[in-house]
Amino acid sequence: MDKNVRREIILDHYQNPVNRGLTSDESYIFQNTSSESCIDNIDLQLKYEDGKIKDIVFDGEACAICTSATSILIKTLLGKTLQEAEDIITNYKNMIEEKEYNEKVLEELIVYDEIYLQPNRKMCALLPSNALEKILEVIKDEKEKKKSVD
Amino acid sequence: MNREDFPILNQGLIYLDNSATTLKPKCVVDKMVDYYTNYTSNIHRGDYSNAIKTNQAYDQVRDIVKDFINAKDSSEIVYTTGATESLNMIALSFFKQNLNKDDEVLITKSEHASNVLPWLVLEKEKQIKVDYIPLNDEYELTVENVLKKITPKTKVISIAHISNVIGDIRDIESIGKICKEKNIYFVVDAAQSVSHIPIDVEKANVSFLAFSAHKMLGPTGVGILYGKKELLEKMEPLKYGGGMNQNFESTGDYDLKAAPIKLEAGTPPIAEVIGLGEAIKYIQSIGVEKIHQHEYELKKYLVNELEKIPNIVLYNKNSKSGIVTFNLKGIFSQDTSIYLNHYNIAIRAGNHCAKILKDDLNIKNTCRISIYLYNTKEEMDRVIEVLKQSKDIFKVVI
Repeated sequence: MDKNVRREIILDHYQNPVNRGLTSDESYIFQNTSSESCIDNIDLQLKYEDGKIKDIVFDGEACAICTSATSILIKTLLGKTLQEAEDIITNYKNMIEEKEYNEKVLEELIVYDEIYLQPNRKMCALLPSNALEKILEVIKDEKEKKKSVD
Repeated sequence: MNREDFPILNQGLIYLDNSATTLKPKCVVDKMVDYYTNYTSNIHRGDYSNAIKTNQAYDQVRDIVKDFINAKDSSEIVYTTGATESLNMIALSFFKQNLNKDDEVLITKSEHASNVLPWLVLEKEKQIKVDYIPLNDEYELTVENVLKKITPKTKVISIAHISNVIGDIRDIESIGKICKEKNIYFVVDAAQSVSHIPIDVEKANVSFLAFSAHKMLGPTGVGILYGKKELLEKMEPLKYGGGMNQNFESTGDYDLKAAPIKLEAGTPPIAEVIGLGEAIKYIQSIGVEKIHQHEYELKKYLVNELEKIPNIVLYNKNSKSGIVTFNLKGIFSQDTSIYLNHYNIAIRAGNHCAKILKDDLNIKNTCRISIYLYNTKEEMDRVIEVLKQSKDIFKVVI
């Protein structure tokens, strides 16, 4: 991807991120990211309904990479099933960690394909995906519980 | 000044993160390499020549430290792993034994984590009360505010000599005098001050003082706990083991050595202690006052120029140390520090381990420039130039 295009997409999501602002709706699952970083601090809330990710919102204070990655992840995961979301996050993390990944599922997240060139920024890019991964775990656990009750 | 003593500066680096750790002069590194290369041995146990040489090199640092902070006796100097360990020992050993329910400890919101958390632990464990002396409009600590906050229950005042975000120099002599009059223990975190301004623990009536070698041109892994002799004698060790015991029996009886040795269990960081001694000698050869004057002059120059840049917010322009805390308007501090790194300028972004200062500062994260003896006016000019052209920051950062 052209460097300028990449920068424009990241900058646009940093300056005008999607779905900024938390909700008091208790049907959302909450996760904070600050435990993994001294400085970036993002809260995420996700609503999962009828087998799909219906909504994700966030708020917090973080650098350009972390904020934009949060925004693009939200945009990419909206409307996806649990399995699709897991697949996207796995491939996204693999890309950041310089492992093999399937770029076809990543959509706009591909803008971070060269973040490994700045090793100190990998964590910035990974913070929101780690938090979202934890939320997906909660959904999975709840599903399992439901199954065993049924 | 003295740039030739710091080989790392030959690489075009502008190092302005001295509050985190300072660079090391070649003489300090050489002194440690000499121990490792030519006379490695343990302390206090061997009768051979190298062991005797090590003992001498190691023990004499206590005297060097004693003179440097004007302690009465070298037995008041305890080697620790750093200011963090020293402050933990003060709170979680001495004061755990000597404070009672509802006793008050006064700190400030600009203290470093290691002068907050141990007290918060005691608050939970012993039901003491931790309270905060208010900072003034410039986030500085004044003697008036200390006086206002003291109550009959105040047993300890524990503050940094120089705070690590705002860089205000606290008047420890006046506060120490108040503590003496009111029979309050006075704990001073000197991590940010000991290599920047003179310290006299006797004059300031300090009960306990803590600092780290690595923030004063020395190695990591070693620091100092100063305590008045009668207090160290009462202090119980947090660590037990070799070197610190007089005797122990299978009956369960044991005797400990006298302070400071009873507080130094196990093999200490010997090379690092020797390195610390060399660092202090180096600082003394220049003079702490001269270092302070140099860094404060540079700070005033930098602040004066940065004030002319419209998109810069300064948080501590009047504090009298070499620390300049700022943000570029609308830019997250980490992005600013990554931007400066692109020009080989090393600064610090974040909350600087002072996580409750945000209550007063109304901002969590800042950029901190911290100046030391080897920094120059030309380096300040370069920082000013790079910050002036920061409208293109995202071309560099992303």
